[in-house]
Amino acid sequence: MAGLVPAIHVLRLRFKTWIPATSAGMTPLHHGFTPPLSRAKDPAMIKRIEARFEQCRAEGRAALVTYVMAGDPDPETSLAILKSLPRAGADIVEFGLPFTDPMADGPAIQAAGLRALKVGQDTVKTLDLIRRFRAEDQDTPVILMGYFNPIFVYGVDRFLADAKDAGVDGLIVVDLPPEEDDELCLPALKAGLAFIRLATPTTDDHRLPAVLANTAGFVYYVSITGITGAATPDFGKVASAVERIKHHTPLPVVVGFGVKSGAHAAAVAKGADGVVVGSALIDVLKGTLDDQDRATSRTVEAVTTLVKELSEGVRSVSKRAAA
Amino acid sequence: MSAQAQPNSFRIGPDERGHFGQFGGRFVAETLMPNILELEKAYNEAKVDPAFHADMEYFSKHYIGRPSPLYFAERMTEHLREVSTASGLSGGAKIYFKREELNHTGAHKVNNVLGQILLARRMGKKRIIAETGAGQHGVATATLCARFGLECIVYMGAVDVERQKPNVFRMNMLGAKVVPVQSGTKTLKDAMNEALRDWVTNVADTFYCIGTVAGPHPYPAMVRDFQCVIGEETRQQMMEMEGRLPDSLVACIGGGSNAIGLFHPFLDDKDVEIYGVEAAGHGLDKLHAASLTGGRPGVLHGNRTYLLMNQDGQISDAHSISAGLDYPGIGPEHAWLHEMGRVAYISATDDEALEAFQLCSRLEGILPALEPSHALAKVMELAPKKPKDHLMVVNISGRGDKDLFQIAEHLGNKIA
Repeated sequence: MAGLVPAIHVLRLRFKTWIPATSAGMTPLHHGFTPPLSRAKDPAMIKRIEARFEQCRAEGRAALVTYVMAGDPDPETSLAILKSLPRAGADIVEFGLPFTDPMADGPAIQAAGLRALKVGQDTVKTLDLIRRFRAEDQDTPVILMGYFNPIFVYGVDRFLADAKDAGVDGLIVVDLPPEEDDELCLPALKAGLAFIRLATPTTDDHRLPAVLANTAGFVYYVSITGITGAATPDFGKVASAVERIKHHTPLPVVVGFGVKSGAHAAAVAKGADGVVVGSALIDVLKGTLDDQDRATSRTVEAVTTLVKELSEGVRSVSKRAAA
Repeated sequence: MSAQAQPNSFRIGPDERGHFGQFGGRFVAETLMPNILELEKAYNEAKVDPAFHADMEYFSKHYIGRPSPLYFAERMTEHLREVSTASGLSGGAKIYFKREELNHTGAHKVNNVLGQILLARRMGKKRIIAETGAGQHGVATATLCARFGLECIVYMGAVDVERQKPNVFRMNMLGAKVVPVQSGTKTLKDAMNEALRDWVTNVADTFYCIGTVAGPHPYPAMVRDFQCVIGEETRQQMMEMEGRLPDSLVACIGGGSNAIGLFHPFLDDKDVEIYGVEAAGHGLDKLHAASLTGGRPGVLHGNRTYLLMNQDGQISDAHSISAGLDYPGIGPEHAWLHEMGRVAYISATDDEALEAFQLCSRLEGILPALEPSHALAKVMELAPKKPKDHLMVVNISGRGDKDLFQIAEHLGNKIA
């Protein structure tokens, strides 16, 4: 019985999600091969993000965006989790690039990064995991999220080429505000990778145009001033905040920080084009590890169980009326 | 001097985006950007406001006890002349101490904190946060928050809380809340991460008082400006005592605030040799904290600078006997001066610093902190090679009382 329920769930999702996705045409972004580097300006990867939001709109619902850390608690388990996420209902997956000093992250993601680093995860290995994910899934957008130093040290041009080759669609780099666009944002756009920007409650109307200027794919609204995994925000304020951002951009606006349950996800989905969940997944993951932080037989399933709940929360809110 | 093109002046940086050459910048989360821009605006206004300068001067004189003396270290000079003679050189520079350890709270840190707290008051910020390693910056911040009735929260790595207990107690007595940081390596860099996390969470009412010439623009320039009083006084005092400028300057460097404060007013005096001394810890081939000597350019804590890190850009643990130098980065202006070749960056090991500490204590009756003991260690090496008319200034950036327990342990004694 334990196996039956998820199986039905997956089937349902397959019908609701995958079939329309492919039948809707989804033009040139299929499938199975990465665009050659010589077509660096072809925004194929940005299109994979656009297509996914288009598909969610067509289904009259918000998108579910999930975050897990690459290499946490070990590379193979994190890959298994990554592969399980779309099947459990995630529309877009964010993969964390571990860093020793994540200054905008709370304890859960800090610890996840350190667990990954402890088992030797690095940027090369993270891109390799994405390459393996991409070999099996050509439709789900992959966003690499982290801090600038590992990318800077890797070499920006080399990183962009390798990330694109691995099948990355977009980047979220927490410590690169628009004031530092020359560093990575503009080269990424040129290379055909979306540079996704964080907008926050402190980003006022005066500043929003600058924040949105070179962004692509979607806008990530951080619903609180604070670190990841912190207090749950007032979800009632999300819709008006999203509305404010939408005055300045045609891009989808997803909302994250503080979403921990299906009910939270549903509350956020009412006002936003997408819901981001990270720390809650990592908390669940951590709860399954043994006393030496190693994966157990429950690890992957525990994460997918929560993702299914979140997915149901997101799908419980119809956005057709608004459209 | 290196082969790089030299600017007309070494004193005009940073540019309006906070860059010293390729270093510096503003690498912070979006949440903080509006605050950083607000701070920059407030500082630019304060800089040209005579009332702000009048306040700075008043409290510098009556509260901190400035100017700090420039003291002719006669017995140290004599000793190093004997060393010179013994090696057949018959030289030995004339050594002066800039006595920053005599400031209220016992270190140069208070110069910067005074400036930032006066600025926080102008901005109407009532909650002050700070990071601290050895505890000197934390004590200075707690002191000025007490003086001006401001709430004070100090982030300190749990490891440092353990090894600097007297300073934790001082901060508590001054009414500050000390938060032991359990994340990462539990030292200064993690304290800075945690302070940044606090700031991200409490942007509206909180002022982040950074203790060194690092962090996002405008901090490296602002902290430098507040510390330049060290070099400006030295310039004037040396003119009064010797009728000319010094021939060389020596200061220790962790983040580099005492050093840039001494160096900056002399950067365009091309005949003045300048030496920055990093902490070589157990040795440069072992665990150390010498970012320029042993690191590479990277991005951490809001700025690009030289960092100790691995091939993947993961920040390494620094090590120094001195908690104040135990940081894997360095201020971006130092990184630039290093690449320009204007300042010679050298390093001293834990053992060399301990030896210099003992020599200075016995010869001059001054217990230097372990941080400036690194600078003194290189004075012991450099001075005997200079002629007798060479004027060498070393910044005694703090007093050694805070280090006595640790020094005793290293020397095989135990203070009850």
